[in-house]
Parts: sequence; C-alpha cells; structure tokens
Amino acid sequence: MADDPTRRSSDQNRSVRAAIRREIAVDAPAREERQPRGAAAPRAVVEVDHVWLAFDTPVLEDVSFQALDGETVAIVGESGTGKSTILKLILRLLVPDRGQVRIDGEDITSLTFDEALLVRQKMGMVFQGAALFDSMTVFENIAYPLREHTQMDDDEIEARVREKLQFVDLDPDQVMEQFPAELSGGMRKRVGIARGMANNPEIMLYDEPTSGLDPLTTATITRLILKLQHELNVTSVVVSHDIRSVFRMASKVALLATDHRITFFGTPEEMTGSDDRYINDFLGGASA
Amino acid sequence: MPELLIRLNDAAKSRVLTLQEYFVLAGKSLRFIFARPFYAQDVVQQMDEIGVKSLGIVLLTGVFTGMVLALQSSVQLKTFGATMYIGNLVSASMIRELGPVLAGLMVAGRVGSGIAAQLGSMRVTEQIDALNTLGTDPIKKLVTPRVLAALVMLPVLTIINDFIGIIGGNIIASFVVGVPTTQYWRTVWNQIAADGFTLRYIPNDFVQGLSKPFVFGALISITACYFGLGTTGGTEGVGQATTRTVVTASILILIVDYFITQLLLSVLTYGR
Repeated sequence: MADDPTRRSSDQNRSVRAAIRREIAVDAPAREERQPRGAAAPRAVVEVDHVWLAFDTPVLEDVSFQALDGETVAIVGESGTGKSTILKLILRLLVPDRGQVRIDGEDITSLTFDEALLVRQKMGMVFQGAALFDSMTVFENIAYPLREHTQMDDDEIEARVREKLQFVDLDPDQVMEQFPAELSGGMRKRVGIARGMANNPEIMLYDEPTSGLDPLTTATITRLILKLQHELNVTSVVVSHDIRSVFRMASKVALLATDHRITFFGTPEEMTGSDDRYINDFLGGASA
Repeated sequence: MPELLIRLNDAAKSRVLTLQEYFVLAGKSLRFIFARPFYAQDVVQQMDEIGVKSLGIVLLTGVFTGMVLALQSSVQLKTFGATMYIGNLVSASMIRELGPVLAGLMVAGRVGSGIAAQLGSMRVTEQIDALNTLGTDPIKKLVTPRVLAALVMLPVLTIINDFIGIIGGNIIASFVVGVPTTQYWRTVWNQIAADGFTLRYIPNDFVQGLSKPFVFGALISITACYFGLGTTGGTEGVGQATTRTVVTASILILIVDYFITQLLLSVLTYGR
C-alpha cells in the first residue's frame, strides 16, 4: 500500500499532542502555581476588545481576549501574525484603528501621551533582547524606574535593587556594578525581569522571554516567571514561540493565525484537546 | 501619466511629513528645556561629549585654517605691499565665517554621527521602547539634553576656534611673512572695531560670529536625533542614519549660513 503523506502528517500530530499532554501532566505542580488566586470572581485587568489595526497591510483583525487578575495569558502564533504588536497596544505605544484596550477597566486608547506614561507605570515589560540601557550599570538599570517615579532615597533604592536581583537568582554584589555588555544572554534576561518588576507592577508583559536561550536557561527563566506569578500574583501577558514554556506558565493561550485573528482562546488542556486542524498543525510544527 | 502624478503626489506628501516630524521634534525638544523633570546630569554629560571631547579637532582645524589663511593672503597682499593687513583679513574671515562654519562642520561629523549612531542603536535594540514603557518620554530624556548641550557648547567651541585661528595666523605672519606680533594684533582689533558695534559695545563681527553657532548647534543636534530616533532596519539602518545625519547637517549648515549672513548684513550697520 502506498504511503499517504496526509495520513502520515495526521499521525505525527496525534503523537505530538500526546507528548504535549504527557508534558502537561508532568508539569502539573507548576500549573497549580499559575492559577489565579484570591477573589471568587476575579476582575479583568487587561482587556483587548475587538481591536483592528493596519499599517500598509492588516496587522490585527477583530482581536479580543482578556487577562483576569493573577492570570497569565500567552499569545502564540506564527511569525508576523502581530503577537508583539498586541503588547505595544497594551502599553499604548500603538493605538488601534478600531476597538478598545482597557487596563483595570479604563480605556487607554484615547489617552494623551502624558496620561499613557502614567498608565505604563502599572506595567513591567521584559523585552526579547532585554533592552537594558547600555550606558548604565545593572544597578542603574534596575534603579531607573524607581528614581523616575518614586520618592525613595538612595538606601531604599539599593535595598529594592538587591531584593529584585536576589529574586531573579543573581548575586547583587557580583552583578550590580557590571554593564549589560558584560553579562550572558540569560543574565541579561534576568536583569530585564528584575527591572520590569522593580516598581512592583500590577501587570507584567513578556516579549519572547525565552528566545535565543539554551534549554537550561529557558527552564530557569520559565521558573522565574512562574515564581513571579505565584509570589506576587501579577497578571501577565506572554508572547512566545516556546510552546513547552507557554504550557507550563499560561492559564490561557491565545493563538493568532495568519489571517491576523485569534482562532483559539482557552486553557492549554483545551488547546491540546482540540481537533482543529490549524491548531494541530501549529502544535506539531511548534514542537517539532 | 496619472501614475507619474500619483508618485509625485506621494513623494511630495512624504517630504512634507518628514518636515513636519522634524519641526515637531525640534519644537518638543526646545519646549522640554523648561519642563520638569530636568535631566541636569545628562546635560552635563552631553556638554562633555559635545564640547570637551570635540576640543581637539576644533583646535587643530582652527590653528591650521588660520595659518593657511595667513599664508595664502600674504601672497596676494605682498603684490600690493600690504602684508601688514594680514591681521584684518584673518580676523574678519575667522570670526564671521570660517570659525562658526568649520566648528559646525567638525561637530556635525564627530558629534552628529555619534548621536545618530547611539540613538539608532538604542532604537533597534528596543531601548527607546524600554524608556517609553518605564514611563519616560524619550525626547525629554535623550533629545533635550543633547540639544541644550549643543546650544551651549557650539558657541564656546566657535570662540575657541576663532581665537586659535587668529593665533595660527599670527604664527605665519610673524615667522614667515615678517609682520611684528604687535602690528598683527593691532590690525586684528582695528578690523573688529571698524566693522561697528551693536548696542554700542558688542562688535558686529561677534554678533555675526556667535549667532551662527547657536543655530548650527540646534541644527546638528536635532538632525542627529531625528535620524537616530527614526532608525529602522537593524545595524544597516544605524549606518544609514549616521551617514544621513552628517550629510544633511553639513548641507544645512552651509545653506543656513548663507541666509543668516544675508539677514545679519541687512540688519547690522557695518563700518559705523
């Protein structure tokens, strides 16, 4: 009998989904940590509501999802589908053509530039390449938002910087006076997380937090993000290609398809249990 | 034909938009000089970067320009037996034109390219976005200190350039042409006095020579910040931003110099 490529691909996807399910089962303790805690009916902290955005070509079309208090929403999808753009909309670095983005129930799309700066102080952002300021030391990088937006004195700032560095498993005495160029990729990411959380933000945003890292460092960063959620109960939105990390840390997953729409929004378990062909192809490709 | 018109229309709109963005950036950066928070430490750092670190090339440019000016003019003046007027020629040329323009061109090359490369790298490595997300206006933090520092330091560099250029002329006048130093400096002062005064005490040459670097400082810093902040396309984009900055700032200096000269010559009363 001739080998049927369609059937072979379907078999591969089934085995991939089974492997992912096994991993989810193994990661059960971590998943326990990511569940939102507190009130019985948590409020929506981040809401993206029927958002449309186009430059020369469409970037996002009718995109809607929400992240409840303490929840972690992961946005996954192929390259160029507009995942990072959603983070820029939440930060109000971009304004949608249509639709609303609400933070704590407040529509931020109509804010002025100065009002948007105030809203951004509620958020911490971890960039793909960490985006640490080259001209500043690690200490100055983490202290920057504290100097800009708080009345803390030098001793309080140093204590906060030390606390955040210890939180991300870095030795303050060793790294505080180093410049970003002297750090490894994983250390830069950890300093980026420390800077993002310096102000104790209500919301954390991560753009590809594990890209370009080796498997061990990826596991470390994933564990740090989980620790941040568990200990500080922040609401998080994560953009990532790393499906395994996403399934470990996310309460909900939003899948952006090539038509720039969200084709799936639900729990990781619902995603792996889906019979949708695009989802299965995506999971198969992402885990290959 | 309609296709051509559409393209021309698009190109014209794009140019107008560029100009609008340039002037919006210029307006904001100047307005933020008077708005809190003040980044005094950044301003001092930029003054060091723009002023102190440019001193070397400005001194070299000034002294050799003054020397070659004296050398060339001595050849012509000798045919009329008027070599004692070398000081007039060197001082007028240096203070009115060569001092400000050469200092401007040197700073455009050294500092303009540096600013564009630094801000361009910050743009492509998302550091500008990081500033925004940390609740800081990048124009206030990055552009205003550079513009303010350039506005202060370029006139200072020009004064030094003028002075060192006149000293360069003195060296040639004394050691090559044989004009005594006292005679040289007397003719330098005679020239400055002969060109008249503004508000009775400020020599017209100084007004002309110091109003230009002030404008050049703004042009260089705003052009560099504009191209730096607008960088796209990774490291290649940084290179392009740097080149555009040096070319645009240099051309703008030469064009604006002509118009300032024209304006000041019609406003200032020379020779009275």
